[in-house]
Amino acid sequence: MYDPASALMGKAAVFEAMAEDPAVVALAELAIDAKFDRNELTITVAGENIVAACEAVKAAGYNFFEDLTAVDWYPQEPRFQLSYHIVSHSLRRRVRLRVLVGSAGASVPSITAAWPSANFYEREVFDLFGIDFPGHPRLTRIMMPEDWQGHPLRKDYPVEGYR
Amino acid sequence: MAPSAAPDRITPGVEDVVAGAKLHGNAGTGEHSMVLNMGPQHPSTHGVLRVVLELDGEIVVALAPDIGYLHTGIEKTCEAKFYQQVVPLTDRIDYLSPMTNNLAYCLAVEKLLGLEIPERAQLLRVLLNEITRIESHLVWLGTHAMDIGALTIFLYCWREREATLRIFEAVSGQRMMSSYFRIGGLALEPPKGFFETVQAFLDDMPSKIDQYEGLLTGNPIWMGRLKGVGTISAADAIALGVTGPPARSAGVDWDLRRDMPYSGYEKFKFDVPVSNDGDVWARYTVRMLEMRESVKICLQAMQMLAGKTGPIRADAPKIVLPDREKMKTQMEALIHHFKIVTEGFAVPAGEVYQAVESPRGEMGYYVVSDGTAKPYRVHMRNPSFATLQALETMCKGRLIADVVAVIGSIDIVLGEIDR
Repeated sequence: MYDPASALMGKAAVFEAMAEDPAVVALAELAIDAKFDRNELTITVAGENIVAACEAVKAAGYNFFEDLTAVDWYPQEPRFQLSYHIVSHSLRRRVRLRVLVGSAGASVPSITAAWPSANFYEREVFDLFGIDFPGHPRLTRIMMPEDWQGHPLRKDYPVEGYR
Repeated sequence: MAPSAAPDRITPGVEDVVAGAKLHGNAGTGEHSMVLNMGPQHPSTHGVLRVVLELDGEIVVALAPDIGYLHTGIEKTCEAKFYQQVVPLTDRIDYLSPMTNNLAYCLAVEKLLGLEIPERAQLLRVLLNEITRIESHLVWLGTHAMDIGALTIFLYCWREREATLRIFEAVSGQRMMSSYFRIGGLALEPPKGFFETVQAFLDDMPSKIDQYEGLLTGNPIWMGRLKGVGTISAADAIALGVTGPPARSAGVDWDLRRDMPYSGYEKFKFDVPVSNDGDVWARYTVRMLEMRESVKICLQAMQMLAGKTGPIRADAPKIVLPDREKMKTQMEALIHHFKIVTEGFAVPAGEVYQAVESPRGEMGYYVVSDGTAKPYRVHMRNPSFATLQALETMCKGRLIADVVAVIGSIDIVLGEIDR
């Protein structure tokens, strides 16, 4: 069974134990928090640094953007967590970049310049969570109809919808 | 517009295509510029995909996929269910490969729990996964060929698909929405005669694949419609998030079964077919070879399973439902059953991303737990969703008839795109 003591929590612990990991090396300056839990490396960066962080891991060999999604920690603040999953075909490793965003004017720079494949994913997060991605070529709703009110995957959005 | 280094790689929106057609028409650069709406009700879009095209005569100038017609909010529904109740929802995402979805979700939750799965269950999971891959590729081949006008092959593919569906029915009681995998193992012991049925199917399958190839591979019409159509480079495939057979046929040598093994795939010997052409023809040949490799993996799994005994569920009474027999004789089993069904089981807080190689590419499940019995967030990374972004790159500058060939060749399932 899972043992919580097996996880490395905090930037200092992870960066000491995994000093040779290419993602750790690449993000030494940009990381503000880190964890290594269940064999998965998560590095938290500030929202304004996400493009720089993506370029840094890309230069370190993480060539393929897999996934972007958000988690709504309502009513906690900062409310939104964005999880970027990036894999390296040559290193056969994966890294999760994490960005925390407050609820007021939630906005994170778009990474479509680094990976055009983030296009649909950012539109999806915009549609279902209402997070803005400045720099995105066309940020419109993708799942819901254009005239839809609200963002369904937010935790304060009722499962049955507004009646 | 995009501050991107390569703006032509960005898939445009519907508004961009319409605006572009107006601009080109008015500026006189393309006097035949027109907008064509294809779908969402169109037989060759494999579901409810809407594609808006800007055409100059019959040449595609720009193209925008418009999705969401099948959005059912499965991710939101998952948050209201216990962990074990999410399994039947995962079938409905990619309804052509239910077992792959079950596997990805179960592996993700098992990773959150730190649960060890018995070897026999792992082998059975691999066996059924590869049969699912064959089944999914058969649907792809039948419908893709039918789109292009080869009607006969469809019926042959359905004949073998029927055999795979009967195998699913034998283990799970369901032909398509099998939900056979459980968190911690499998739902039931395979029935009597199951292995004989599977063996007969596997012995038969290579000759059937020869039959399909006999109908298609040397066929001049088939070659004319497929060769050199819908090309994409390896760099574009990576930039646009393409995975699975479409990426491997463009020269991206990446298969999660080999490169990031899960569920015991490291024990199997198989080749990963790769081509460098990146056209529809390459996607056809890669998938045909993949079916043959899947048969090989299945035969190895059958060999490893032969004479093997052991449990098919992990020894975790608070997570895995007890045997019905035990419930009648042991009080603890009855209590555990009652607790799991009524309260679920708590999963330690944390987040995991588990990716598996589905027939369409990388299928990843991102599951976040807050320590309760219901998932705080479930997100599916679906291969078709990302691959659709490459549709424009593949179709631009080609004839409109090629769009149908390309949509068939990337093998999309709208259920997993819209979720």
